[in-house]
Amino acid sequence: MILDKRKAKGLSRIGSRAAYGMTLFDLAPDYDDLIVITADTSTSAGLDRFRNTYPEKYLDVGIAEQNAMGIAAGIASEGMTVALSTFAPFQTMRCCEQIKVNLGYMKHKVVFTGLASGVVLGTLGYTHCCIEDMAIMRAIPNITVLSPADCGETAKAVEAALNHHQSVYIRLTGGSPNPPVYAEDYDFEIGKAIRLRDGKDVAIIATGTMVHPSLKAAELLAEDGIDAAVINMHTIKPLDTELVAELSKTTKLLVTVEEHSVIGGLGSAVAEAKAPLKNAPPQIIMGITDSYDKAGDYADILEHYSLTADQIAAKVKASFINL
Amino acid sequence: MTNHSQNIEHITKMAAHMRRHILDMALEAGAHSSHFGGGLSVVDITATLFGAVMNIKPDEPEWDGRDRFILSKGHGCLGYYTALHEAGYISHDELMTFEKTDSFLYGHPVMNRAKGIEFSSGSLGMGMSLGTGVAIAAKRRDQDHRCFVIIGDGESNEGSNWEAAMAAPHHKLDNLVIILDRNRHQQTGSNAEIMDVGDAGAKFRAFGWHVEEINGHDVSALYETLSARRSDGKPLAVIANTIKGKGFSFSEDDNSWHHKILTKTQYEAAIEELASVETAA
Repeated sequence: MILDKRKAKGLSRIGSRAAYGMTLFDLAPDYDDLIVITADTSTSAGLDRFRNTYPEKYLDVGIAEQNAMGIAAGIASEGMTVALSTFAPFQTMRCCEQIKVNLGYMKHKVVFTGLASGVVLGTLGYTHCCIEDMAIMRAIPNITVLSPADCGETAKAVEAALNHHQSVYIRLTGGSPNPPVYAEDYDFEIGKAIRLRDGKDVAIIATGTMVHPSLKAAELLAEDGIDAAVINMHTIKPLDTELVAELSKTTKLLVTVEEHSVIGGLGSAVAEAKAPLKNAPPQIIMGITDSYDKAGDYADILEHYSLTADQIAAKVKASFINL
Repeated sequence: MTNHSQNIEHITKMAAHMRRHILDMALEAGAHSSHFGGGLSVVDITATLFGAVMNIKPDEPEWDGRDRFILSKGHGCLGYYTALHEAGYISHDELMTFEKTDSFLYGHPVMNRAKGIEFSSGSLGMGMSLGTGVAIAAKRRDQDHRCFVIIGDGESNEGSNWEAAMAAPHHKLDNLVIILDRNRHQQTGSNAEIMDVGDAGAKFRAFGWHVEEINGHDVSALYETLSARRSDGKPLAVIANTIKGKGFSFSEDDNSWHHKILTKTQYEAAIEELASVETAA
């Protein structure tokens, strides 16, 4: 998928879930053996047009995620291309062991997408939020974990995942509209993080929706004379450990920012990569602290957990000054 | 002799051979122990499938047109590996590596298509969904092979089975066959004591399946029931009433044989018992 200004803007407006559905709709003619599965979530996944246009490539298995994952694996075991999606908590945790056995252990390849992950559905309560998926999916062998920064990257991630050699979990965050990080085309490669901004003092490594405010935070920090690099870590597994090693040499502080629990996600992955390095800088892990405390409006939850651009900048500044 | 009676004779002999191999494997496994009872209860079913019913080419294990098989109750693998051996997928030497270091024959099946092991299993309640997916893929591609899945009655405690039970008739999967090994026992007791699936046939029927209830050790009934292809959009559930530990008087219906070490004395008694059955046959 080639991104241009118009496409980036259009996708941004509809949000990452609709961008997912639209991408599969656009790609459908290229895949004879594609089966797109939902668990009574075609509308939520932006797949209604797909469902009506390509009924032979569409399958609804109802609100039964364990069965959905087993069926997806069974179809994949026959060599077909399978894309399954439902809301993130149900897509990852309700059928967690089916993921382990069918996708991890047997290596049947399924692209499975967690819709509305993070806290965007905060008004519905934490049953519908997902702050654990990266941690859990990352622990299962043979699963690649992607966390796109915006809607254009969602489209690129879906296409890359369909062509990837193993199962991919795509974590979709953010609402609609979802502010674009990219206005023009760029190369998206699974496992290769993207340096959006150079900096010699601090490296802010962000993923998903947190890339956009991190870029803003870097601008605010520049006003204070702090030179912050910003990295879009769109692949959580396999992590771009080479870049982490390089940043550990070239900067004095690493900061990870994610709309996910501070346990087990991007912050943990970066810390694991950094652990064996000699003289590596300290790391601040920003994300949802270990709680289900604050439900409600999306913006309020992000603010509660100090995940706005201003709060990220303030936290980085305070930490950097105290080094 | 008719083709039918030849098949029955072949299945009967195959099952007897499999029981002999199971004794050898259980003895070889030694202190590793083995799921003896639940392996023996499926022997006549797997002998029927691999010996006569399933369309397979053991010298071409990944042949596209083959019927697919899933042992969802993975702990019944003694009844699976021995069928694969008799069918020609696994050598006798390989069979005797069961549960040993570096063997590909684990205590639960690990996918190995070259050796005829289609899927990994062991975590209960997953095979029906997997089989539903396999059957859907065949329907979508206009392929006419079938998918056979053996589940256990203890395994039927898992709710995921019933998600698949609802989905298969909905998607009109008359190419899917579930065989419930109804041996009425599970790990730590009888179904009645622990959690009984009750009238399993009625449950499947209520979900829209075609149900046949038969004696799971009557190979003639198994052969006739499993050979019949359906074209009415209904998946087939075969409730196979079996005896856990079937074949040896010391293990039949004795749940202590769920997972237990076979001693040399028991082995010798069993071999003798098997020989007398073979002579009688």
